[in-house]
Amino acid sequence: MNNPLKKQYDVVIVGGGPAGLAAALGARKSGAENILIIEREVEAGGILNQCIHSGFGLHYFKEELTGPEYAERFVAHALSENITMLTDSYVIDISPALQVAVLSGRHGYLNVQARAVVLAMGCRERTRGAIRTPGFRPAGVMTAGLAQKMVNMKGVLPGRKIAILGSGDIGLIMARRLALEGCEVVSVYEIFPYSNGLTRNVVQCLDDFDIPLQLSATVAFIHGRDRVNRLTIAPVDAQRLPDLNKSWDVDCDTLLFSIGLIPENELSTKLRLHMDPATGGPQVNSTLETSLPGVFACGNVLHVHDIVDFVSEESLRAGQFAADLALGRRRPGDNIALQKGANIASCVPHSLSPDREQVIYLRVKQPMKNCILSIGDRYQKKFRMLIPAEMIRLTLAPEVLDRYFGDNLKIEVRPQEVE
Amino acid sequence: MKEIKNMTCIGCPMSCPLQLTIVDGEIEEITGYSCKKGEEYARQEYTAPRRMVSTTVACSGGLWPRVPVKTAESIPKETVLAVVRELHRYKVKAPVQVGQIILENVAGTGVAVVATRSLPGSKSEGQETI
Ligand SMILES: Cc1cc2nc3c(=O)[nH]c(=O)nc-3n(C[C@H](O)[C@H](O)[C@H](O)COP(=O)(O)OP(=O)(O)OC[C@H]3O[C@@H](n4cnc5c(N)ncnc54)[C@H](O)[C@@H]3O)c2cc1C
Ligand code: SF4
Repeated sequence: MNNPLKKQYDVVIVGGGPAGLAAALGARKSGAENILIIEREVEAGGILNQCIHSGFGLHYFKEELTGPEYAERFVAHALSENITMLTDSYVIDISPALQVAVLSGRHGYLNVQARAVVLAMGCRERTRGAIRTPGFRPAGVMTAGLAQKMVNMKGVLPGRKIAILGSGDIGLIMARRLALEGCEVVSVYEIFPYSNGLTRNVVQCLDDFDIPLQLSATVAFIHGRDRVNRLTIAPVDAQRLPDLNKSWDVDCDTLLFSIGLIPENELSTKLRLHMDPATGGPQVNSTLETSLPGVFACGNVLHVHDIVDFVSEESLRAGQFAADLALGRRRPGDNIALQKGANIASCVPHSLSPDREQVIYLRVKQPMKNCILSIGDRYQKKFRMLIPAEMIRLTLAPEVLDRYFGDNLKIEVRPQEVE
Repeated sequence: MKEIKNMTCIGCPMSCPLQLTIVDGEIEEITGYSCKKGEEYARQEYTAPRRMVSTTVACSGGLWPRVPVKTAESIPKETVLAVVRELHRYKVKAPVQVGQIILENVAGTGVAVVATRSLPGSKSEGQETI
């Protein structure tokens, strides 16, 4: 059935990826009547629509799905809950009074009023400009995710002879994908002395296809006037500076960048939300509400997740809290600030409340074996191995914070004392 | 004949380096694992490695020109390229339903290939939208 567009909604969700879809379901679960998802693409599902490999859903659905399968389950669920989806529509502005301005393919310019807004815009890839790779500006230089969309959704190959800079999972997965499509993948270059991807992907995406992984090396120059035809590759020193005296040249017609993701927060900065430089996303309290009351954030726009199952879990909660606020259910504010201590790169949320179970996501700065994670004197957990590439999820039972009278807690990871 | 084969366990972030001692093609010893999963992985990967394959198939009349597909189960690693090559020659017509069998017994593996998304016709409406 087609829902006519209303002027006012309990919860308006910006972005129809896994985060937005789960937020909508969470809002429905909490009793919100009118829920609107606004998505700029022609269909919901977000980045998952182009991630055709399997490896999604092991936590959430307890089975291994491909990206499109995972997305389709959520889209179907949202439709069965009669959630309104406005696709082909771009949110261009949100006012502090929660007026959402939209440019829509079908409706032109329009405004909707929200009682609560959930930001679920996802993230985008860092490009060549982010690391200022020297050289010409020819065709054939693009991000790995763009190549993924071209190959998997449009059936267009980005080139024939491919080099990849960055050994994160997206780069590794694209190396395999292009090798399967009959391209020659010359090499994957990584500036760090270790791969940033899962071992499973190094083994199954590179080793299986005899694609070399060149560690401690980077692209020092891009050659070619109309189209890339050659790269200068240089080894890097301990400061990660290229040593041009030891450089060599490699022929290729395409260079893919897989050098990290950044939360897509133009709307958030326009709204002057307090941002966290460590995550690139807004600061949020334990209900995932940002510094502007009524505006919530979840998924990759809040902090870059590596598995979508966690995105769904987090976003369900964000949607529930957004609906609670929209329906006028008040809860006590947070009274404990969460501070980063030793070996913590980032953590979300930024404050805690003792009135219910708390979920904390964090990343470490340095890989560490046999370590103890502690939150003040309230909580301790041993880990065999923690690495920056793997986000850690903790849940704290309400008793953990019960009768804690301080106003902050420090979270840290330290080596286990050897007895 | 004795040979040493090195592998990295993919079971968890520990990424244990595994070493297999092979005598006349048979595994004599496996070392380097920190838990049983590592030993099992090394054995499986040496004797009969298997992989899931996902790729796309050309599709006419749909919202997109390709429909993503996967093997319903893992297939022997050495058949991966043959499977992808057979799927390259294949074409389907929209609409396609998620889970629909696209091809039975792909490349003689006995395994079916299934669609991993629904693809409505380009003229019909994709999702319920307004
Ligand atoms: C290339 C790539 C490969 C990945 N591979 C894996 C993997 O193998 N396994 C795994 O578990 N996870 C993987 N992930 C991570 C996982 O897919 C993400 O964590 C998840 O998709 C994040 O969901 P999201 O909804 O926050 O963001 P997205 O999926 O990016 O969705 C955000 C949506 O918001 C829309 N949007 C943004 N701005 C606006 C606006 N102003 N107005 C309207 N709409 C807007 C976008 O169009 C998009 O549809 C991968 C991620 C990427 C980028
Ligand atoms: S052997 Fe066990 S501990 Fe080591 S990487 Fe494999 S699963 Fe992890």
